[in-house]
Amino acid sequence: MSDGERSVTPAPAPADDGRVPSDPPVVEATGIVKRFGPTVALNGARITIRPGETHALVGRNGAGKSTLVSVLTGLQAPDEGTVTFVGAPAPRLSDRDAWRQRVACVYQKSTIIPTLTVAENLFLNRHDHGRGRLISWQATRRRAQELLSTWSVNVDPQTLAGELSVEQRQFVEIARALSFGARFIILDEPTAQLDAAAINRLFDRIRDLQRQGVTFLFISHHLQEIYEICDMVTVFRDARHIVTAPVAELGRADLVAAMTGEAAADRREERATTLDSGATAALSVRALGGDGYDDVSFQVGAGEIVGLAGAAGSGRTEVAETVVGLRAATAGDVEIAGSRPRPGSVPAALAAGAGFVPQDRHHQGFVPDMSIADNATLSIPKRLGPKGFLNRSRRDRLAEGLIDNLAIKTPGPELPVSALSGGNQQKVVMARALADDPRLLVLINPTAGVDVRSKEFLLDKVEETAETGTGVLIASDELDDLRMCDRVLVMFQGRVTSEIARGWHDHDLVAAMEGVDLHA
Amino acid sequence: MPETVLADTAAAKGAEPEPRRTALLGGRIPLARLRDLALVPAIVVIAIVGQIVNPVFLQADNLINVLQTMSEIALLVLAQTMVLIVKKMDLSLESTMGLAPGVAAWLVVPVGAGHGLGLLPGAWAIPVTLAVGALVGVINALLIIRFGLNGFIVTLGMLIVLRGVLTGISGGQTFFQLPPSMLYLGTAQWFGMPASIWICLVLFAVAIVVLGWTSFGRSLYAIGGNVDAAKAAGIRTDRVLWIVIVTGSVLAALAGLMLSGRLASVASAQGNGYIFTVFAAAVIGGISLNGGKGTMFGAFSGILLLFMIQNVLTLAGVPAQWIGALNGLIILVALTISRITGGKVQE
Repeated sequence: MSDGERSVTPAPAPADDGRVPSDPPVVEATGIVKRFGPTVALNGARITIRPGETHALVGRNGAGKSTLVSVLTGLQAPDEGTVTFVGAPAPRLSDRDAWRQRVACVYQKSTIIPTLTVAENLFLNRHDHGRGRLISWQATRRRAQELLSTWSVNVDPQTLAGELSVEQRQFVEIARALSFGARFIILDEPTAQLDAAAINRLFDRIRDLQRQGVTFLFISHHLQEIYEICDMVTVFRDARHIVTAPVAELGRADLVAAMTGEAAADRREERATTLDSGATAALSVRALGGDGYDDVSFQVGAGEIVGLAGAAGSGRTEVAETVVGLRAATAGDVEIAGSRPRPGSVPAALAAGAGFVPQDRHHQGFVPDMSIADNATLSIPKRLGPKGFLNRSRRDRLAEGLIDNLAIKTPGPELPVSALSGGNQQKVVMARALADDPRLLVLINPTAGVDVRSKEFLLDKVEETAETGTGVLIASDELDDLRMCDRVLVMFQGRVTSEIARGWHDHDLVAAMEGVDLHA
Repeated sequence: MPETVLADTAAAKGAEPEPRRTALLGGRIPLARLRDLALVPAIVVIAIVGQIVNPVFLQADNLINVLQTMSEIALLVLAQTMVLIVKKMDLSLESTMGLAPGVAAWLVVPVGAGHGLGLLPGAWAIPVTLAVGALVGVINALLIIRFGLNGFIVTLGMLIVLRGVLTGISGGQTFFQLPPSMLYLGTAQWFGMPASIWICLVLFAVAIVVLGWTSFGRSLYAIGGNVDAAKAAGIRTDRVLWIVIVTGSVLAALAGLMLSGRLASVASAQGNGYIFTVFAAAVIGGISLNGGKGTMFGAFSGILLLFMIQNVLTLAGVPAQWIGALNGLIILVALTISRITGGKVQE
């Protein structure tokens, strides 16, 4: 089978009967510390992966998973600690070939070149050379065909890589990793872009390869997948190693508890509701369907704070973006404070009384080189002067009011937003959302990448706003954002699956977001 | 041609799941390779039309004339194609084509004849020309790669600077009385054909082989297609970009040398406006402005097609005043045709 492949692709190792506990681990990392400036991404973290197992790595956002992956693949050197492969110390960072022979990672982001064929992608920069040192396309193609059939990847090597489906692309990347001789493969959220059938095929492939002696580190946000495919699980939380255990011995409740930790009692839970049930609902969404979500219905009353929780890809962001007009729904309707804005139009939603903080402030939140004053008043040109003319002093007055209101740390309104810290930038975005005294405030991941004090401040501001009778919708997966909500709607795979009243425990909410039933 | 580069739409629409081999002649020629030949039917049609319009068209003298007039600009197309494949642009090629032989003439042409300084003997002309080309390439590469400036604007600035320098040293006049070494490439005959045609054809043949059959050539496509993936595959991307940009400028200098030799002079506007034809030829020939796509053979057929059409128009007696307007129109029509035959949106 592998006779034409030279030493790069040795025949698959015998099946997992070679799995003896005394074998040195495929990879072992101990005492890993990695700092980025003041943040500690990994704090004495460790992981041990034995040959032939499929090992899950789980943790909430910011737990240090991605940093560990970049340490294990040799993209970054740890500040402290050691990494060993099969008992031998890791190669130097500059020795890319040595790393590639030990470990490979299939990222969510593609590392293939879409304009080249599959065969060329597999053997890029190590083509077969024939006479006169010219590339022999025939040999390269044949070798690609052999490699693909060795690992039963059903793809024509002459297809352009850009024409592959996500699933085929992952298989090709796995085959490429194996062709370097690596028998340890990291899959970084491989199921995120796949549908259920493709996920099953991927899992079949993983089991096949596992039988042939390939070891996997599997990273996923979907806990049920871990129970389906993995043997061992390691949990990281707050840059530390929490637990490593066989999957079969760690119940779902314990796993979720390990991920969330002991949540400190939070004062926000005591917030008195400010819901004014007599007034017109700030938002009502009926049978909304669109790209990534379906049949979503809920109401946000005046003065009520409603959370919209869910893991990445659950559809929460899409629903929130539809409400404010960044997307158009294909079915159902959105009513803001009693009027129905034209679907898919942000100006119409703003005119109906919405204010919003978009998902990614760098992408949609502000214009970095424009001043705080311009950014904060970007959505209210009508209040800046008559007939489209801009009255600078009125703008600066308005902006100064907003700066005071949100305690933005700046020498003055004329400073460009790019000069501010992350927390203060987010305050500017919030100021813009509040500039027109909205009836409905929609926040998408409002505290992402914001320091703790600004986070507290922003959330206090949200409560204050709700007290004035504004309805608030918070779409987020950060538990801290959701704690003050009167109720939390949980979305899973595009649908609202449960509604949780205030006073929830962290693990209940996390389990609902991950689609796990703790009481099953 | 590397069969790997361009997908024919027919191949793209083929049956998806099972391994397929869309090919002709018992699998010897993959259909994808035929995309490179997309312009060949157009060239044949123009040849037939030309022959009907004027029987002179297919005579050897006329064909040699077409090839010779396009040989200099074809080298610019070759250079630009390499640069476009790595997803960069070099607008300054056209003024490098004027400045490089201009500086050589300035240093070599004796005092009294125009603005010549007569500082160097005539034999220095060729080395000086190529050195100026290399220097321009090094400056471009330094600004674009080392300092990370936008390539389009850098070379636009360079285009204007170089044009201005040539006007400055020549006082806006034309250099005459060039030394024999500068005239040689534009006037010599090798094996019954002008040397410039040989140079052009040989360089294209070399480029076809390098781009299709060497690791270096394939790294150009990798860089243009996905520079991060190219880095991950162990390609030294910056080094490849340096080589491409500097080689492009040296080729432009060589093209300038050939043109000066053929015209026995260096006008201060030499090369002016060529870059538009160069881009048009490359895009008609299937080179993507977004990098990573297209072949040298396609680029060559692009420039050949443009010059054949111009020649047919001249033979048909179209007044010279209208040639410019028709040239632009031809480019638009050719692009439309290649969009129809290529089937894909041009980027």
